[in-house]
Amino acid sequence: MPAGIRDKVAILGMGCSKFGERWDCDAADLIVEAYAEGMRDAGIETKQIDAAWLATAIEEQHVGKSAVPLATALRLPFIPVTRVENFCASGTEAFRGAVYAVASGAADIALALGVEKLKDTGYGGLPQRGRGTLNNMIWSNLSAPGLFAQLASAYRAKHGITRDDLKRAMAHISVKSHDNAARNAKAHLRNKITMDAVLNAPMVAEPLGLFDCCGVSDGAACAIVTSPEIARALGKTDIVSVKALQLSVSNGLEAQHNSWDGSYFHTTRIAARRAYQEAGVEKPREEISLVDVHDCFSVTELVTLEDLHLSPEGGAIKDVLDGFYDADGTIPCQIDGGLKCFGHPIGASGLRMIYEMYLQILGRAGERQRQTPPRLGMTHNLGGFPHQNVCSIAIVGRYGN
Amino acid sequence: MAFGILAAGAYIPRLRLQRKAIVEANRWFAPGLASLGKGERAICNWDEDAITMAVEAGRDALVGFDRRAVEMLYFASTTFPFLDRLNGGVVAEALSMPESMSALDVASSQRAATSALSVALRAGGCSLVVAAEHRRARAASASELTSGDGAAAIVVGGGAPIARLLGAAQSTVDFVDHFRTAESEYDYQWEERWIRDAGYMFIVPPIIARCLEAAKVTAADVAHFCMPAMVPRVVNSVAKAAGIADGAVADPMQTACGDTGAAHALLMLVAALEKAKPGERILVVGFGQGADALLFERTAQALPSAGRLGCAGHLARRREETSYAKFLAFKDLIEIERGMRSETDKLTPLSALWRNRDTVTGMIGGKCTICGTIQFPATRICANPNCNAVDSQEPHPFAGKIGRVNSFTADRLTYSPDPPACYGMIQFEEGGRWMMDFTDVEAETLAVGLRMRMMFRVKDFDPQRGFRRYFWKAAPAGAADGRS
Repeated sequence: MPAGIRDKVAILGMGCSKFGERWDCDAADLIVEAYAEGMRDAGIETKQIDAAWLATAIEEQHVGKSAVPLATALRLPFIPVTRVENFCASGTEAFRGAVYAVASGAADIALALGVEKLKDTGYGGLPQRGRGTLNNMIWSNLSAPGLFAQLASAYRAKHGITRDDLKRAMAHISVKSHDNAARNAKAHLRNKITMDAVLNAPMVAEPLGLFDCCGVSDGAACAIVTSPEIARALGKTDIVSVKALQLSVSNGLEAQHNSWDGSYFHTTRIAARRAYQEAGVEKPREEISLVDVHDCFSVTELVTLEDLHLSPEGGAIKDVLDGFYDADGTIPCQIDGGLKCFGHPIGASGLRMIYEMYLQILGRAGERQRQTPPRLGMTHNLGGFPHQNVCSIAIVGRYGN
Repeated sequence: MAFGILAAGAYIPRLRLQRKAIVEANRWFAPGLASLGKGERAICNWDEDAITMAVEAGRDALVGFDRRAVEMLYFASTTFPFLDRLNGGVVAEALSMPESMSALDVASSQRAATSALSVALRAGGCSLVVAAEHRRARAASASELTSGDGAAAIVVGGGAPIARLLGAAQSTVDFVDHFRTAESEYDYQWEERWIRDAGYMFIVPPIIARCLEAAKVTAADVAHFCMPAMVPRVVNSVAKAAGIADGAVADPMQTACGDTGAAHALLMLVAALEKAKPGERILVVGFGQGADALLFERTAQALPSAGRLGCAGHLARRREETSYAKFLAFKDLIEIERGMRSETDKLTPLSALWRNRDTVTGMIGGKCTICGTIQFPATRICANPNCNAVDSQEPHPFAGKIGRVNSFTADRLTYSPDPPACYGMIQFEEGGRWMMDFTDVEAETLAVGLRMRMMFRVKDFDPQRGFRRYFWKAAPAGAADGRS
């Protein structure tokens, strides 16, 4: 395994717009909102940025193709700007581009910005869209909830779990995320909900009800990264650095080969193992302080906690119901509300997760701040569907710790 | 080697609309329809049409039969989805029949199927004659009640026939009892009493007489008289006029299925072949701008017992439907609010369809010749992570394989003409898997491990261009399945 990027790159500043139904904003407005906060935090000027990465996934709904929309919105001075797209993991991909640029020495300071303006669709949920020429002919008539819901049937069959027990654990996950988002002014959905409301909600895709699904939101988030040395030179004393950044992409095995049973994320298990190795984490359940996973659906969060090796296989239901992942639990999960309630502007989500870890590690998370500032924060950003996806994992922590 | 009918198959869609539902919904306007309110009629699922039904009937007929032996395909219908695209070409490709085969669409008359069968019998060689009808009638019309959707298929050739042709006769006259033009969606029909007296009674008995004379068989020797008729009880009158015993008049399946138009004479023939004892004579008459009469003798050769549903099996594979509104929506007789999610562009690039026809229309995947891994679709590099051999795959057909549900959902978000959209991962018993749409299934019956068979169906309608694309879907396999 390569040496990796552990502690080679520091986060100089981060920003995040308010997520939600931003009827008054174009994507460019959201870009500027996140960027302004990030640059204030970084304490630098635009001309100091050497290169930038833009993440958007459903660009046909808002900015269109290429990196030009970012360069134009921010009037970037004709620097290299690249647009990346990797399903819902696009935000972490932009971060990876910027981090690798700094780690390689190609850039001193780099920007990663993710944005999505989804609420010009005209209806709820993600836009119905084509999947590619041949895929349109042979893929099922799918939606994201319909495919993620299938984790439930396969997980139940594998572990012999009743629908009611699974639904209760899934409901606990959603209730917890709503609780957490109530303490987050930037979150999209800040209302508290009850177990009964979740369990009796209208069905979206069996067994996922309305409250098992994350919000569809407008928003943007960004990170400005540099080397720890430059961060110090710019006056930063309290530095958060990147400990690991891993990506695993399905190669058709899950979709075509019968070795995958449909109850877990093959990519997540691989990316998590590599990330722990890169970060030097040996016992994740003991060493990871805080986690933000890609909770597009409650059941995704549930099985992901096992795939990240935080809960034992088949043990996530017990951990969830025991409050292990609650805000006051051992490893809070989605302390900012997660995709479920902070919202899911696709291109921004990966960066939003890192933003929360960054705030928590620096003790700047306001009323949702963990009492003991976390040592290692992990984010898990997934794109695609259980049977073919891209999984991006980042671990960040205090530099030199 | 004797020549004759070698095999027979049928397909009747699983949904059976209760006629009561039609009568009740239209009572305010047409109370007279109540007299037609008994029983049920077969209706296509939203994703079925004449082509998909023809494929199923063809598969049913071809159980245990070597498809490569078929030299000619005749596809009869008056409800072809395409006016200019060989409908039989789609059927042939979905059935993975040899490219060297010729194919003909036979249209424009209620007797299209009997005419096609008579030509096939005269031509010699091995032919598949398939007929299917996706009937369309105005709301509150009598034919909405009396018609049904369905298909039948007959294999003709040399071998061990289940029936031999004893004689045949035809006539062609421009008798217009009803018509439908390229511009009109529905039939326009003249008075029933005139159709009975000047049509059936005047035209059919002499042709039957000629047919029996050619076969040197007396009318009394006819044990099964199969003649669909749009006018009630006219068959009995024709039988009487022709000297055929009333007890020989075959059940027109009006109560259980409805009249399947151009397919119905063939469907009745298939039913008769299933019932007839060796040596019994079956007379089939197709009526429309003249008539065809074909007289067969059932041999002792048995129909395949395993894997074939036939007419009786398909009549038994049924689900009662009581929603008239759903029927109207499926037949596109009512404009329902389909929502913005239905607006997605469904363009099919024809060049890509052609390139991928084995995958899309034939559901042919690959088998790695290095490691043996069976996979769908076939790709340049083997999917087995321990192999990944390049260009190692030979064609492997999936359409006839049984799979099991590995995971599933019932999706109310994605647009479907019949929500919830049910789909899931199908794992094939011999290997291979695919995330597939399900059809002919109710969400509450889904379970991991459920056995599923592949069915050729409409995948998407493209209203912008009038095109429709087809692919295979998974449907619960009956106890009899192992069908190909």
